[in-house]
Amino acid sequence: MEKFEKNLERQLMAMRECYKTGKTKQVSWRRSQLKGLQTFLKEKELEIFRALNLDLGKHYVESFRDEVGLLKKSLNLALKDLNKWMSSRKAKLPIIALLSYAEVVPEPLGLVLVISTWNLPLALSLDPLIGAIAAGNAVVLKPSELAPACSSLLVNFLPNYLDNEAIMVIEGGPATGEQLLEQKWDKIFFTGSAKVGRIIMSAAVEHLTPVTLELGGKCPAVLDSLSWSWDKEVALNRIIGAKYGSCAGQACISIDYLLVEKAFFSTVVELMKVLIKKMYGDSPKESHSVARIINKHHFLRLKNLLTDQMVKDSIVYGGSMDEDCLFIEPTILVDPPLQSKIMTEEIFGPLLPIITLDKIEDSIDFINSKPKPLAIYAFTNNEALRERMVSETSSGSVVFNDAIIQFAADTLPFGGIGESGIGKYHGKFSFDTFSHYKAIARRSFLTDFWFRFPPWSNYKLDLFETVYSYDYFEMLLVVLGLKRSKMRFFIN
Amino acid sequence: MEEEKQTFDADKAAVLVNELRETFSSGKTKSYEWRTSQLESISKMIDEKEKEIIEAVHKDLSKPELEAFVSEISMTKSSCKLALKVLKSWMMPEKVETSIATYPSSAEIVSEPLGVVLVLSTWNFPFLLSLDPVIGAIAAGNVVVLKPSEIAPATSTLLAKLLVEYADESAIRVVEGAVAETSALLEQKWDKIFFTGGARVGRIVMAAAAKHLTPVTLELGGKCPAVVDSNVNLQVTARRIISGKWACNNGQACIGVDYIITTKEFAPKLIDALRSVLEEFFGKDPMESKDRSRIINSFHFMRLINLLDEDKVSDKIVAGGQRNESQLQIAPTILLDVPEDSLMMQEEIFGPLLPIITVEKLEDSFNMINRKQKPLAAYLFSDDEQIKRKFVQNVFAGGIAINDTVLQITVPGLPFGGVGESGMGSYHGKYSFDAFSHKKAVLYRSFGGEAPTRYPPYTPGKQKQMKALLSGNLFNIILALLGWFKD
Repeated sequence: MEKFEKNLERQLMAMRECYKTGKTKQVSWRRSQLKGLQTFLKEKELEIFRALNLDLGKHYVESFRDEVGLLKKSLNLALKDLNKWMSSRKAKLPIIALLSYAEVVPEPLGLVLVISTWNLPLALSLDPLIGAIAAGNAVVLKPSELAPACSSLLVNFLPNYLDNEAIMVIEGGPATGEQLLEQKWDKIFFTGSAKVGRIIMSAAVEHLTPVTLELGGKCPAVLDSLSWSWDKEVALNRIIGAKYGSCAGQACISIDYLLVEKAFFSTVVELMKVLIKKMYGDSPKESHSVARIINKHHFLRLKNLLTDQMVKDSIVYGGSMDEDCLFIEPTILVDPPLQSKIMTEEIFGPLLPIITLDKIEDSIDFINSKPKPLAIYAFTNNEALRERMVSETSSGSVVFNDAIIQFAADTLPFGGIGESGIGKYHGKFSFDTFSHYKAIARRSFLTDFWFRFPPWSNYKLDLFETVYSYDYFEMLLVVLGLKRSKMRFFIN
Repeated sequence: MEEEKQTFDADKAAVLVNELRETFSSGKTKSYEWRTSQLESISKMIDEKEKEIIEAVHKDLSKPELEAFVSEISMTKSSCKLALKVLKSWMMPEKVETSIATYPSSAEIVSEPLGVVLVLSTWNFPFLLSLDPVIGAIAAGNVVVLKPSEIAPATSTLLAKLLVEYADESAIRVVEGAVAETSALLEQKWDKIFFTGGARVGRIVMAAAAKHLTPVTLELGGKCPAVVDSNVNLQVTARRIISGKWACNNGQACIGVDYIITTKEFAPKLIDALRSVLEEFFGKDPMESKDRSRIINSFHFMRLINLLDEDKVSDKIVAGGQRNESQLQIAPTILLDVPEDSLMMQEEIFGPLLPIITVEKLEDSFNMINRKQKPLAAYLFSDDEQIKRKFVQNVFAGGIAINDTVLQITVPGLPFGGVGESGMGSYHGKYSFDAFSHKKAVLYRSFGGEAPTRYPPYTPGKQKQMKALLSGNLFNIILALLGWFKD
């Protein structure tokens, strides 16, 4: 461990030296690295699909949709807009500063640390990396050891496509994480749980390192009574897809639980059973379209959520679990007890509790009684309800009539609030989160307001007053001696 | 100051936060009307109580009236006025474009208040640095607790009194006190903490915030250098440097000029110019001039004397050096070539001592600055375009001003904040509104435009379609739909 530590310190020092040369700030360097990532994704596509299948049992189409495809999109956007993102922005000046010029210029933060997680092990490692590189930083990436095939893939192959002097991938578990956190970083970007998020932020205090924490939460979906059968089917397909179809519910933006009106819920359950069968067939395990649970620890955790008798009794569909292949079938529960673990902790698995309410508007109070989630999903055509959802709840984002898809929107910030996180990224927000926006003001030597300097007098004060209120007429009067000086308070 | 109060402990703090949370939950502070009513009231407060404010600041710091007017009254007032003028546009959701990946859809970014926020202020610009962040918090629709610095007690008491009179007590509160009260406040769960002060306490604040995953803005300090080239207009340069040092709270400002770097050759000329302008501004005997703030208290006075009397530097004084403990005053003091390992060059000076470091070539100064912790601001005086460009590109700092000092913080369109040891986050103008807002992403989708591509059972055809869709290329998409896309 000590040797690792010494090695690490030496490596980081070398990376800092590299950063100091200014290499990573060059547009050409940033482009070359981003293109390197593009080549990596293209040449290693098969290995990537294999690794994701090994770690999580993901079908390659799901892998493309949620990871590879999104990364390609991200890279295209970064390459297209990089010059725009890097350009300075002029700031408007007040008239008092006549011959000056003001602008804001983005610059890299320096040496940054990206700590990734296991559920979208490729996307959540490389998407922040794209932002860090686009912003001109040197980067250390630590993928999650819980997705070992993906972690190895990144450690072994990424260096062949990137500049190893400025970008490094380090494998390891919590001990490695701890060692990394003891070093000095100019930024830490973390995706994971709130518990570890607190540890990260506390560690960042020592060096006053700014952090972005992408955490989780119980993302609720609210399903209003929809009259059209088309709407019902589309809504439920989307809900099913967002629960079971994206890493089997093991995603920070998966739908955690569903809220429906008592009058409507039995229709919902019946329709869901039909649609689940349509998507996953009679035996979802054989369909290979539902990802596996990542490991035994989480499998047992999920199994535990169902041990309470009252929770077990609330299962209306599914419930079967195969410990050997770490598979849990799409499961629906109706009204499990609200104090049970399944309703107080983030589920992160293919179990969907449906909570019934008297009226759908009650969902707002229900959601507000829990910590702020990363996303709130509302399926409704009711304008009034929509407005209330946006203005009376708080979450990282709100999506109407769909779920998870906000992840693919480059122009929307992706991040949490409160327990669901600090900061945001995606699209230009990724570039921003790894940049410092430096304010620059320029002045010429030509003009100066002579009354700017001491010795002070009432006259100068009068002038200042008029200038600051942009009252040029008054200023003229003062200068011409035509304005009587205000009673001054107490100039000694 | 009266000695009455019962202790403000963690329990009292919890009660306070609960009360404010209830106010926030009622939704009152979110309305445009409430926000503008508070801002207008504060604006009125500054107008009607200008005399009391200037008196309080003078009592705390002996700050000359004009300086107090410009830095405390005027800047706070403009902040308020700006917020009132453009609040509607700040509050409007920002519509954003959507791409084919989410087609059809519409999207916007909605600014919402963070909730219950804590503003911890400091003593050197006690009025401005208390009220400016509070103005941002109110504009963004939050409820706010302000804790002014106990080291500027007259201003602290005045703020407590005035805000009760002018602001909505159910949403805006002032807690006076020192370490105990601050600790009690920091134990609570806040939706945001805004801190101005030193890096040591900044760390304490961030550590407390980490427990609740509370986002923070830390406005800290640093050694702000001024690099002076030889091709400058010496008169103007000297004036602006002095303006950003001794006429700016007597050096006790986070963005004040901490030290100067210039070439060995130019140093004597610069020192002469500084000496002559110092006399112009403060007279032959600067200790007699009333146009400088005093040192805030004896603790800081002794701290500065220690810096000045260190053996390594005591023989480097080329101007000033006089001190008067009873008046808590030190003359404008210039030192030449103090060693880099002297105390004065290790920590932020925050006082009327100005070391001048000399280098062979001007560009050597860039590395010297970058070797130290990143400061809140860095200044360059030069007429050479290339040097200016190099400086901007290569010097790491929160903000930069060329050919002037301090000025950059008066521009509302520029973010004011540090990086590294000088802080995190920024404010001023719309940045204040943003610092206290959560930018919520809202995506509207309809039930039409459903693409079966998304769902299992997954087929190679679907993957091709998806590839085409994510590439955003319309032609490819059509090909894919027709089954002709080759990836």
